[in-house]
Amino acid sequence: MKLGLIIVSAIFINNFVLSQFLGICPFLGVSKKIDTAVGMSVAVTFVMGLASVICWAVQIFILDPMNIGYMQTIAFILVIAGLVQFVEMVIKKTSPTLYQALGIYLPLITTNCAVLGVAILNIDKSYNLIESLINGVGAGLGFSLAIILFAGVRERLELAPIPKALEGFPIAMIAASLFSIAFLGFSGLFSGLL
Amino acid sequence: MFNSIGLPVIVLGGMAIFFGIVLTYASKKFAVEVDPRITDIRDILPGANCGGCGYAGCDALAEAIVRGDAPISGCPVGGAELAEKIAKLMGVEADSAERQVARVICCGDSENAMEKYEYYGIKDCKAAEMLAGGSKSCRYGCTGFGTCVRECPFDAIHIVNGVAVVDEEKCTACKKCIAVCPKGIIELVPISKKVRVLCRNQDKGKATMQACKVGCIACQKCVKACRFDAIKVENNVAKIDYSKCVNCMMCAEVCPTKTIYANFAERKKAFINDDKCIGCTICSKNCNFGAIEGELKGKHKVLEDKCVGCAQCFEKCPKDAIEMR
Repeated sequence: MKLGLIIVSAIFINNFVLSQFLGICPFLGVSKKIDTAVGMSVAVTFVMGLASVICWAVQIFILDPMNIGYMQTIAFILVIAGLVQFVEMVIKKTSPTLYQALGIYLPLITTNCAVLGVAILNIDKSYNLIESLINGVGAGLGFSLAIILFAGVRERLELAPIPKALEGFPIAMIAASLFSIAFLGFSGLFSGLL
Repeated sequence: MFNSIGLPVIVLGGMAIFFGIVLTYASKKFAVEVDPRITDIRDILPGANCGGCGYAGCDALAEAIVRGDAPISGCPVGGAELAEKIAKLMGVEADSAERQVARVICCGDSENAMEKYEYYGIKDCKAAEMLAGGSKSCRYGCTGFGTCVRECPFDAIHIVNGVAVVDEEKCTACKKCIAVCPKGIIELVPISKKVRVLCRNQDKGKATMQACKVGCIACQKCVKACRFDAIKVENNVAKIDYSKCVNCMMCAEVCPTKTIYANFAERKKAFINDDKCIGCTICSKNCNFGAIEGELKGKHKVLEDKCVGCAQCFEKCPKDAIEMR
């Protein structure tokens, strides 16, 4: 039951992009075409799930016993960056197809704040290993939902008659804020349970 | 003191060293062998990832060239210069191809072509195309909503007076505009060919005239004027065979509707250098316009008012005595 709540919460209620405003850079940067948005979201989901687990282990087995929990941010960045590099090499060697699919997006998200955010939130909410993993994957799926929907909107914006002053990024910003307002409709859902 | 400073340094330093070692090991263990030529070629490709070559990007093209799937002149952006460099890397000869540029085959701008109706839809040629082939009275002509302009990664095509015009300096022949044009009126031509038929209207002369003041009415005057058999009228529209065209601009001179464009200011004249001329008469025999006179063994002379700058004499002269200027 709790796992189900965590995943629904991560995808809809506390959507990383639209409710917590993390990971805005790739959200605006890689959302011009649905194809690239899908590639990015697969990579983000993958890294978030993996980073949640490893960072959880680093916190519980290294930082907590040493009483240096305050080094969390730096330690996590180190872990995530190293991890992504490592994973990239392994994938390149073992599965060229997957490497092609993830392409340049994998190294792009090494220092993404959404990835760091999910790792830190896992610790803040004192999730256990399974819950961290579920939260990480859920957050990734939430990111995917947001960026793919947004890419669809932006593809349509390309063809719409937009006032000259709003063409390009301004209209994307406005669309993103409308998206965010729409997602606020989910807040308060299950409010007693979380 | 040690606990507050030393411990974090040791722990984080230790983690960093651990990751460093793991990554170093991984980079050896999981190293993928890449043909060094791929990285070399990748380095000299433009790196715009425009996709003009038909591959996913410069990386993909470099790989394809090394695999042998793509020709060394595969990059339309880099042109002959780049093909030569790649040829050097690959150890083969470059086939020197002349630089090509895109040209829009329409001159029906807002002054010459009529409007069928007022269009208030999306400013996009493909969208306009769906409404009875666009608002212009000629259904073969440029719609003028700039789908090609937005597609061009090099800012080389612009809408001038309702017709797309290619900036030949900037054009890299990447073919992106050709792919998006719903009318199919953009084509690649060798940059040295200056004469162009700017119409694709396949209707009969009368219908063309009603649609556009500068449309090709298939009157055949250009066909008769051409001394090199380089222009033909097919499907009611004139078409130049650029393998035969010599830029003499005669067709443009006679065209009654001014559909055939040529910049007469660029027209050159032949001049014979008296010091080098030996009077072999080869030039006068090769002149299709009777613009060279002179006796055998005597000095030859170009009649300036007859010369149209086709440069045939220049090419044939065995003594390099003729120059075009």
